[in-house]
Amino acid sequence: MTPPPTARTRARRRNLLAGLLLGVGTVAFLDEVVFHQLLHWHKFYDRAGTDAGLVSDGLFHAFSWGATVAALFLLGSLRRDRTVDRPRVIGGVLIGAGAFQLYDGLVQHKLLGLHQIRYEVDLLPYDLTWNVLAVALLVVGLVLVRRSGRA
Amino acid sequence: MTGHEHAHQPGWAGAPLLVALALAGLAYLLAVRRLHRTGRPWPVVRTALWLLGLGAAAAGVLIGSGSSFAVHMVGHVLLGMLGPLLLARAAPVTLALRALPAGRAKLLSRVLRSVPVALLTTPVVAALLSVGGLWLLYRTDLHAAAGHDPLLGLAVSTHVLLAGYLFTATLVGPDPVAHRADLGVRAAVLVLAVAAHNVLAKSFAAAPPAGLTEAEALAGGQLMYYLGAPVEIAVFVLLGREWARGDRRRARRSPVPQPGPAGELSR
Repeated sequence: MTPPPTARTRARRRNLLAGLLLGVGTVAFLDEVVFHQLLHWHKFYDRAGTDAGLVSDGLFHAFSWGATVAALFLLGSLRRDRTVDRPRVIGGVLIGAGAFQLYDGLVQHKLLGLHQIRYEVDLLPYDLTWNVLAVALLVVGLVLVRRSGRA
Repeated sequence: MTGHEHAHQPGWAGAPLLVALALAGLAYLLAVRRLHRTGRPWPVVRTALWLLGLGAAAAGVLIGSGSSFAVHMVGHVLLGMLGPLLLARAAPVTLALRALPAGRAKLLSRVLRSVPVALLTTPVVAALLSVGGLWLLYRTDLHAAAGHDPLLGLAVSTHVLLAGYLFTATLVGPDPVAHRADLGVRAAVLVLAVAAHNVLAKSFAAAPPAGLTEAEALAGGQLMYYLGAPVEIAVFVLLGREWARGDRRRARRSPVPQPGPAGELSR
């Protein structure tokens, strides 16, 4: 039997989890707002896309809505307990966003070819920007979370 | 519109359903009155939710038989998503259990605990009936056939409403359920059901349902996707609120040791 988590470990877990979930939710929100509605690089349905791309997109958006809501309730519980650890939450957001973007950029775009950032252009600069940005988010997030652990 | 075989549902197809909705409203109000007479209050909010839910479903029936697929999809969201959510939150079963005479209430609670009802109120089964039913409806010729056959149209509308109700009641209904699944299971089923709804909506653009042009199918799919989202998010919020309430209760019952001034804990 593992002992019940102390207030401190539970708060640390919840701060990180809230951040991670919020990070994935934010990426989904930015995808919809920036790439679909503002830039129109992504369409409601891309003829160039695949069936598997359609399924992964549907699943991702469904999960991200739930993740965002769950993150907000977790933050609510942390506020109630006065245990919000802001750097840890922000670090979690960056890790969640960066990790998902990197997965999207490497596995979904390149490995599986489910969908692309933009269509009918040279993809290299887009792919580089995308993945470098993802790694940067991930690294900054990891640093923030590690430092919050020492506080 | 030419090339548009998605025929209007003949006018009377929705009439029996509208009558049933009106009777459901009447029955609920009578039950509330009976409770009040015996000095047992019933939250006004729930009565309001019931009437709003019936209104949304009725609007869905009326709109759903409209001329275009896009308008039909607005009706679908009202009849199969928003209406059922409002109705489920109105706790009609709890009301019936309280308002019915003891003997009949006991019978009702026995029915609710019976094997078939327990099976229907399993999240996966309820999800298959509602979202699975939609896949069957729009990815086969059923939708086109329902446009020509009023009886089939009525059956489809009734199924969409009842399955939507069953699904929301199972996930976030205040009414008693034989075996309420874990919050995590319900959340996972909701994610999968929403994903299946998303994919179905987008699949209209990929392959229009029988008898529809690409433009019609795309417009309908977009409405289904973007109008459905707020309802789906509302269900996520209700699940989250249930979690938060349980979390508060647990915190009160067994308060975890708070950190001392140094922020350190002895384990």
